[in-house]
Amino acid sequence: MSAKTITVSLKVWRQPAKDQPGRLVDYVARDISTDMSFLEMLDVVNEGLIRKGEDPIAFDSDCREGICGACGCMINGVAHGPDPGTTTCQLHMRRFNNGETIVIEPWRAKAFPVLKDLMVDRSAFDRIVAAGGYISVSIGGAQDANGIPVPKADSDHAMDSAACIGCGACVAACKNAAAHLFTSAKITHLALLPQGGPERERRAVRMVEQMEAEGFGNCSNEGECEAVCPKLIPISNIAKMVREYTRAVWKGVGV
Amino acid sequence: MTLDSKVPGGPIADRWERRKFENKLVNPANRRKYEVIIVGTGLAGSSAAAALGEQGYRVKLFCILDSARRAHSIAAQGGINAAKNYRNDGDSVYRLFYDTVKGGDYRSREANVYRLAQLSVNIIDQCVATGVPFAREYGGLLDNRSFGGAQVSRTFYARGQTGQQLLLGAYQSMLRQVDAGNVTLFPRREMLDLVLVNGQARGIITRNLITGELERHEGQAVLLCTGGYGTLYYLSTNAVNSNVTAAWRAHKRGALFANPCFTQIHPTCIPVSGDHQSKLTLMSESLRNDGRVWVPKTPGDKRPPDQIPESERDYYLERRYPSFGNLVPRDVASRAAKQQSDEGHGVGDTGLAVYLDFRDAIQRLGIDVIKARYGNLFEMYERITADDPYKVPMRIYPAIHYAMGGLWVDYNLESTIPGLFVLGEANFSDHGANRLGASALMQGLADGYFIAPYTVANYLASASLAKATTDDDAFKEAASTAQGRLDKVLGVRGKRTVRQFHRELGRIMWDHVGMARNEAGLKKALQSIRALRDEFWQDVTVPGEKNNLNPMLDYAGRVADYMEFGELLTLDALHRNESCGGHFREEFQTPDGEALRDDANYSYVAAWEFTGVGSPPVLHEEPLVFDEVHPSQRSYK
Repeated sequence: MSAKTITVSLKVWRQPAKDQPGRLVDYVARDISTDMSFLEMLDVVNEGLIRKGEDPIAFDSDCREGICGACGCMINGVAHGPDPGTTTCQLHMRRFNNGETIVIEPWRAKAFPVLKDLMVDRSAFDRIVAAGGYISVSIGGAQDANGIPVPKADSDHAMDSAACIGCGACVAACKNAAAHLFTSAKITHLALLPQGGPERERRAVRMVEQMEAEGFGNCSNEGECEAVCPKLIPISNIAKMVREYTRAVWKGVGV
Repeated sequence: MTLDSKVPGGPIADRWERRKFENKLVNPANRRKYEVIIVGTGLAGSSAAAALGEQGYRVKLFCILDSARRAHSIAAQGGINAAKNYRNDGDSVYRLFYDTVKGGDYRSREANVYRLAQLSVNIIDQCVATGVPFAREYGGLLDNRSFGGAQVSRTFYARGQTGQQLLLGAYQSMLRQVDAGNVTLFPRREMLDLVLVNGQARGIITRNLITGELERHEGQAVLLCTGGYGTLYYLSTNAVNSNVTAAWRAHKRGALFANPCFTQIHPTCIPVSGDHQSKLTLMSESLRNDGRVWVPKTPGDKRPPDQIPESERDYYLERRYPSFGNLVPRDVASRAAKQQSDEGHGVGDTGLAVYLDFRDAIQRLGIDVIKARYGNLFEMYERITADDPYKVPMRIYPAIHYAMGGLWVDYNLESTIPGLFVLGEANFSDHGANRLGASALMQGLADGYFIAPYTVANYLASASLAKATTDDDAFKEAASTAQGRLDKVLGVRGKRTVRQFHRELGRIMWDHVGMARNEAGLKKALQSIRALRDEFWQDVTVPGEKNNLNPMLDYAGRVADYMEFGELLTLDALHRNESCGGHFREEFQTPDGEALRDDANYSYVAAWEFTGVGSPPVLHEEPLVFDEVHPSQRSYK
């Protein structure tokens, strides 16, 4: 399909630094090829701003193929924009119409403070995983890999959860800014595998407590997280997390 | 300077065992006294941090992105090789070793490759134990698939996201050490210089990418795990923040840079669609199992593919390589695509593409089988190009993908600077002149989990280390050099953006130092790079200030380093008067157009010493000795 060019109006959240006020600023992105990705469109806008001596829009991005989880912003109020199962970097401009206005904002959550413009601090996610989101096995002492058979269905299901890219869209889409989908995906991945069994209860309790300590909200089962997840991770993971947590508490496992 | 590879003697199978025994150890109670700096959190960096933290060293771990989990290892799709022989199809450590040396076109160090093959087995065990959800069969045991360059099925995979799952496994093991208080994370930090005290690597200067502050970090050893330099070409399959800066600045402090001209070009990427493009997307090599590559026989034929009759199509890979057909190795497939495009047979708006057609496979196997095998790849292709590959042939073109070259290291992974270790893609590595598929992940984890922990400990136990603090002159000097560089690039205040310069540099590299190179083109590239570098320092414009968050300033520093590094890569390509692996010199080919090695004159590692910007680097040669695998000409006819 051959490309055409469109012109779109942008309203972009500009905020100079963490503790300073921000506001939406209007820009016009002219002659945008519909073959461009959304971030390439922002690159073009930034090139124009730099040439005019203005401050370019700051945003995170790295792999630009939907796997690293670095990019992400609210596009017309939807995390990662209108296409389901798609990160911001994989969204293309052919999805937009000539003359359309696009509102671009950062993830908004107390636990994800804005650093500048569209860039936020997601280090809370690292701290949640550091609170037991691993299997305690020392390097070098592992048994033969085929010594641990795992039923294919369990392994596939674990992989579905492990596919999380840690982008934070689930938090951004949630009206409570809850990190339940992110946290539950890791708990589910490890709880489904026999290797993760011995630490199952302790892991669930510690990760959930860390999640709460970071200032994320609670889950009220709206399913907004699932709807925007670029890896289509379902909220059944959250049910699994609640079950794992309850099981741990019933067994009397504290931290 | 004599390059001592420090390879132990004795039979090749016993060498690593012998080295491990020879190594000095640090008493567990003393390990907490040592601080180890690790730069980069990909497979090599994260696994090294996990291993050294677990042993009890204090590790400071740095990355340029907001989280360690985003390092570019995450994007690897296909798989990881291991000589497990779970298929009972004749695989062995020796066979994996042999395939890797041959695939590297006999330009790698045998002992290193053998150790890599040995450790491949432990890697899979370790990864499974840490919860990596590899693909399994109904019996609950691990599945394997085949990959290019091998006749056995030894590749382990996790859907099309093997790199992601392996990286998350290493990241989680590393975070376990953060949890235990042994590893401290420093995200959003960029290494701007290496600090040497008494000739030993003793620290780094970093820029805090949020506050802009220059920070000094002291340690007793420094591990660079900073990946490859594919983004030198501007367009590559690498992530947009991947860069050579850490390695290059270590090079300027005395670490030799080896075989920079060995770059890998991946044949199946989505072609460039226009000037706006920021990166290229790889489509897994596995597509060539069922797709047929072709171009129109008539140059300039612009008819849509379905209107070009069978008799007017040229399935050039099948025609030229009847026994391997569409499954020839990466370097061969890439060069053939370029040749077709150069001769006017290229397709699409730009003419820089060839067709990868699934029509016959769909007719033979049915659409459901194709969907099951490649559904996610087809979706990704359609998302980017808006073409439906079930109906219209894919358009593909080669793109820069991986750097086999890197900082020179000995068998212990130590560079020519004592105490500076280099792991993963950042070192010149085990892949010679061409890397086989599914072996980059293997090397990253071998270096980090299983090699560096032993060799770094030996260094700490045996080196004589003076007391050093971040107030020492060496730290002051390095910090002020880094500061001066930031001031200089901000002070130009010219008219062209950093991205414009990067794109121009990338075009020079791609046109003259890309898939096929020749003396005249390389000489022209040298002139163009030098001229562009002068223009950069006169006309670049970098917005903002140095004392706060300024991604364009960070980018400017990386592109400035590429302006220097690109020259070294070109010089290396010019000096190597032979064709081997990813380095194809048009003057040196067989009568039927294949790479022609010159073992009599070029069977060595070219390690370059920095002598100043624009001043000729000094070449040091490490001769390559092949006791086990006898070099022969690769043929895929």
